[in-house]
Formats: sequence, C-alpha cells, structure tokens
Amino acid sequence: MPNTNSSTSPNAIPSPNPALNSDLGLLNLLSGFVEELRSAGLPVSLTENLDAVNAVNHIPITERAIFKAALSTSLVKSKAHQKTFDTAFEVYFSLRGKQWAVEEWGQQLEEITDAEITAELMEALADGDESKIRELARMAVQQFANMAPGRPVGGTYYLFRTLRGINMEALQEGLLQQAYDNSSNEFSDLEERLVKDEIEIQLENLRQEIESEIRRRLVADRGAQAVAKTVRKALPEDIDFMHASREEMDALKKAVAPLSRKLAARLAQKRRRKNRGPLDFRKTIRHSLSYGGVPAEPKFKSPKPYKPEIVVLADISGSVAAFARFTLHLVYSLNAYFTKIRSFVFIDEVDEVTQFFETEEEFSGAIHRVNTEADVIWVDGHSDYGHVLESFWQKYKKAITPKTSLLVLGDARNNYHASASWVLKQAHHQARKVYWLNPEPKSYWDTGDSIIGDYMPYLDGLFEVRNLRQLAKFVENL
Amino acid sequence: MATNSKDMKNSKDIKSIIGELSKVDYLADESIASVVYLADKLQKPVLIEGPAGTGKTQLAKSVAEMNKSKLIRLQCYEGLDEAKALYEWNYKKQLLRIQSSGEQDWAEMEEDIFAEQFLLSRPLLEAIRSEEDTVLLIDEVDRVEVETEVLLLEVLSDYQVSIPELGTIEGTNFPLVFLTSNNTRELSEALKRRCLYLYIDYPSLEREKEIVLAKVPDIEDSLADQVARVVRSIRQLELKKPPSVSETLDWAKTLLILGVKSIDEEVATSTANILLKYRTDIEKVQKEFAGQDLNEL
Repeated sequence: MPNTNSSTSPNAIPSPNPALNSDLGLLNLLSGFVEELRSAGLPVSLTENLDAVNAVNHIPITERAIFKAALSTSLVKSKAHQKTFDTAFEVYFSLRGKQWAVEEWGQQLEEITDAEITAELMEALADGDESKIRELARMAVQQFANMAPGRPVGGTYYLFRTLRGINMEALQEGLLQQAYDNSSNEFSDLEERLVKDEIEIQLENLRQEIESEIRRRLVADRGAQAVAKTVRKALPEDIDFMHASREEMDALKKAVAPLSRKLAARLAQKRRRKNRGPLDFRKTIRHSLSYGGVPAEPKFKSPKPYKPEIVVLADISGSVAAFARFTLHLVYSLNAYFTKIRSFVFIDEVDEVTQFFETEEEFSGAIHRVNTEADVIWVDGHSDYGHVLESFWQKYKKAITPKTSLLVLGDARNNYHASASWVLKQAHHQARKVYWLNPEPKSYWDTGDSIIGDYMPYLDGLFEVRNLRQLAKFVENL
Repeated sequence: MATNSKDMKNSKDIKSIIGELSKVDYLADESIASVVYLADKLQKPVLIEGPAGTGKTQLAKSVAEMNKSKLIRLQCYEGLDEAKALYEWNYKKQLLRIQSSGEQDWAEMEEDIFAEQFLLSRPLLEAIRSEEDTVLLIDEVDRVEVETEVLLLEVLSDYQVSIPELGTIEGTNFPLVFLTSNNTRELSEALKRRCLYLYIDYPSLEREKEIVLAKVPDIEDSLADQVARVVRSIRQLELKKPPSVSETLDWAKTLLILGVKSIDEEVATSTANILLKYRTDIEKVQKEFAGQDLNEL
C-alpha cells in the first residue's frame, strides 16, 4: 500500500539517503531506471523519458501507486512490456521511503514461532487484510529465508526456503476447511469451485508478496543495478523457446494469439497493396474503343494472390517440442493465407497429424491429440532424422508438389544416425521451396550430433528461429 | 460552471477525480485517475488499450461528462481519409460562388473561394478550434491504415492543422484527447510516442462487484458478489472470448429478471449463453460447472 500518512509535499523524496532529497537525485534515479528498461528491451525514447520526468513533477511522489502509474503511462506503451516494467520498478523503487527500509537481517524472530506465523497468515488471508499479509510476508522471510548480506545465493533459494517454512499446502487446506466451516449449508459444486479459485489467487498473491520482499532485501544488499540484471524478465517475443520456464511458457502461449492476429492483418494489407499486375493488353485495346481507338486508359491485370501450399514436418521430441507447438499454432492461425496445410510430426518415426487440426475446434485440443495419439516412436524415442526422412519419402512422397513449401522444424540433432539427406535433395527438386527452421543458436549448429550442415545444400533457406520475433518474421515472408 | 476552465481543472487532484468520475457512474481505480489527471496536466493525448467491453470508450465519455465538456467523436474505419477526419472544402458552395460572380478577376476570386466560410470542419479540426472545453474521442484507431495514422500526428502533438490554401490553423483550446484501440494491429511507434498509455484490463473482483451494483439498480449485494465471483472464475479458463464487463452486466440484469436469488450450477449453465458468445466456450464452461473434469483441464 502506498504511504498515505506521510507528508505529501511534492518535492520531498522519502529516502534514507539524504543525497537523494533533491530533484537531481530523483533525476539520476529515473535515468538509471530508464537505462534498465532499455537494457531489458523496452524501446524508451527520449521524449518518453522527458514525459516521465514531467509527469513525476505533477504528482505527489510519496504515493507509490500513483508514482508507478505516472511512470508506467509515460514509459510503457504496450501491455506485453508491463511485466518487465513492474519488475524493474520494484527493484529500483521498493527501498525508497523510510518505512520500507530493511533494518534487520536474517536473525530469527524471538517473540514469534514458526507455527504462529502460519496461523496468523491463515487468519490474515481469510480476512483479506492486505497490509497484515504484507507484514507477515516480511516476517516470514526474516524467519525462514536465512538471508544474510553478501551471501552469493540467488533469490529462488530464499523463496524456496520461505515457502517451505510457511507450509503452503497446510495453508491451502486450512483455508478451504475454514470456508467449509463458515458456510451455513452444504457447498454446491459451483461454490466449491469458486472458493478453490479464490484461495489459489490469494496464495499466489502471498507468493508474490514474499518474492518482492526477498527482492527488496537483495536490493538493499547488492544495489539496484546488480539485482535488476539478475531478475530482468525477457519480453515474450524474446523468450527462447528451448529454455523457457513454465511461467515463460504461459506468457508465450498468451502472446501467440494476438501475434497471429496482427500477422494476419499485416498480410491482408500487403495483399491489398499489391493489386496492380502487368499491363493487360487485350483489355486496354477493348477499352480504347470507347475513346475512338486511343488507348487512353491502360488496364492492368489483377494478379491472383499467391497462396502457397504448406507442408510442415516437425520434430516434437522433448527439447524442441515447444518450438514445434508455436510454429504450428502460427501456421494454422494463418490458414486463410495458404491453400492447404498438411502437417507431419516425428521423433524417430513420422506420422501425419493434419486431421487433428482439421477436426478439433481448438488448437490446444489438437495439440493434445498430437501429443497423445500420433505414432512417432519407432525404436527408442530418440530423434532419428535419417529414418524419419526415408519413411516420410516412402509414405507421403505425393504430399510434395511443385506448389508446396516444405517447412522442416527441428534442431537436426540426430543422435549420430545416418542423415539420409538425399530425401531433401529429391524434395528440393520436387517442391517449390524447402525451408528449415532451427531453434538452436547459430553457433551450436554442426557441433556435437547436430548435422544441419548435411542438409544445408538442399535448402532454399535455413533460419535460426529461437523466439516469437524471429518466427513471426519468417512466417510473414513465407 | 467556472468560466475559466483551467482553474477549475487545476483544483482537481487524483483522489477527487476518482470521486467525480464515480458521480457520473464511472468507477475508476487509481491508475486510471492518475492518467486522466496527467493527460490534463501534460496536455498529452491518452491511448487506451484493453480487451473489448472494459469501458475504454466509456472513460472518454465519462470524463467529458465530468468536466462538462463537449464530446467530439471520430469513429475510425478502414478508408478513413483527410476529408472525413480533418477538413474538406465545400466545393458545391465554391461552385455557386464562382457561378454567381460573373466577370470577376480570377486571382481575386481564387482567394475568395479558399476562405474560411468554404471550409467544412471535420472532427479533428473542430476539436482544436472549439471555443468551449472539449474532449476528443478517436475511437478504434487501430482500424485505420498505417498511412492514415500519420494524419493524426500533427493534431496530436502540436494541436494544429496545416491547410495548404489557408496556412496553419492553431488550436485555440487544448482538448483532452482519448484514443482507443482494440489492438488488432500494432500502432506505429510515432503515434505511441506522442501519447500517454493506459491499459484497462478486466476489473478486479471488488471493482466489478461495485460496477454491477452501480449499473444494475435493485440487485442484492449477495447476488452481485456471486456474479462477480463466477465471472472471474470463468475468465480464468482458456476461452476464445472471455466475458466482458458489459456482458457481466447483461447477465446480472437477466438474473434479476428471472428472479434468481442465488446462483447454482443449473442457473449458471442455463444462462451461460448470455456471458459467452462461442459455442465451444459455452460448452467448456458448462462442463466445468457441472463439476466434471475439474482436475483434467
């Protein structure tokens, strides 16, 4: 909660550091903050920076929520960037203000026991008392995390210790029990579901509260810049497919739908703009009759929009599964721009999955069926591009026509099997284009068991596609 | 009403904006109020984004009502051009002028027909020339093409319009400008840079309940609470189109008409079609609320 009691003089910056009690101090702090936002990938321009400074001059900066809103409205111009901003804001400003200062380090609290903290937390959560929850989160971190200045340990370690100390499962059960006890009559299914949902949200809030408390202490110990670097969150479009955490995965899934919508809009616009083809001689002459044989008005052919036929051949083994999922999602959401899409998935055997995407109404349902029903294991379930390509050629050779663009998705890590690159050579002759999208960084190609080099001569394009940004760029130019 | 509008606005701080907006039935939270306040102080346009039906357009309307200003609205669509957005020469009138003049000198006449009286103001020009306090609402700005967006830039950053035959018309008044976008495409950097940015998300549980209570008279507190809770729960699911605030209100009104006192599974599943507009979404919610597959999804 913002500090509402202290003085609201607009120029007083509540800070333990007297050097910051001037406009210059605030300016320096802001420019450091903007610097951090830029390093995290946010495009903050000079005007926006100035706007932020102007905005801050107009508001009572002792009110944290308003201060944050003022910075956010002038610096962040996209919803996708909000999370990055939030994290950086917390790191840079969570220690400003006396009542936010960190006084004691990891001594155990004497007047309160572990069990009492959990019990009090339960009570505060049940009441929904935010300030109490915040206070208890601070106590819990002090009690359980065992933080000490200068310890070279990451925030997740402290978080784990604190959560274990609090015993989240017990909290959850306790809250549910309490809800049962408080209700006069039996819960209906709906009511039970709502209560469970709400408890989950409450606990998530508590978790975030604890996380930010730990971060605050890290900032007090190491300084804002050092912490900002370690907690910096990649923008969704920059998240690496192959190393995304679960949380990042969720962010990616949320980002795909709007991305595909935007791509579709852009493709539609591109199509419209190219509505002028070569001169239509016949039409021009026919039209010239009305001008007495003078070809006054040249007529042009309107070109048929080119709609490629897409065949996707995707590796769905563990390490690259996420990449295949997002590429398929993007390709299928743009299906209006392709005449036909056929998709095949493989690990060490290949299977066609087109029908899943055609029959299932929702993409997630189709992916679920791909993961459970597709027959992609031949021997041991380790990628074998050689066998897969041969078997693809044997069974689905006809899928490749002169109109087809073949997309191969995979890291080409072949577990030292044969490459069977002759298949791609044939496909290259038969298809319009053959592209390979590799989710690995370029510098890893052809190292270890990666045999991307074997296929390279037969490709019309080989692209490094590690994040949504690169993927969108590729699909747009398809 | 104060004659000097600037003074009137100056006396408002963020807290009182929340209060005054609630008087015109718009429940703003702190960040919304801060942005409205700053838009006025910094004289910058506000770009509002967010899911459909969360009150983006309503915010502009309510601010106009709060300030007792005139609301000028420019609805954007594909193909919107200068003549519809900025100004147009009234050529019929110009023709009449030419015909009626007879043997007048051409140079003289040319000057005459490109005068103010032949100029038709369109919303943008009208907004900056307006004598009274004005709120300019540019609705669904993402619908126009990138090229057309450029038309807005001069107005938004300098509050002026350049007309080749007349010169630059500078605004007499700084209107409060709100642009809304449903985010169907990425707006240009240039436009975003000139605006303050506000993302209006689905409201929190408490705020949604307040909105229901404010907009649906006669609803009981406990029912409003349940409505807000069920809607939040539905929004957690992966849906094609999550229910918007306006759909929440429709639902609450329906429940009131049906005489429902408290929501159970049966009521929720049988009226889900008011909250949701896709068959797959409705089926999913019905399945969820029937208590099946709770853990599977």
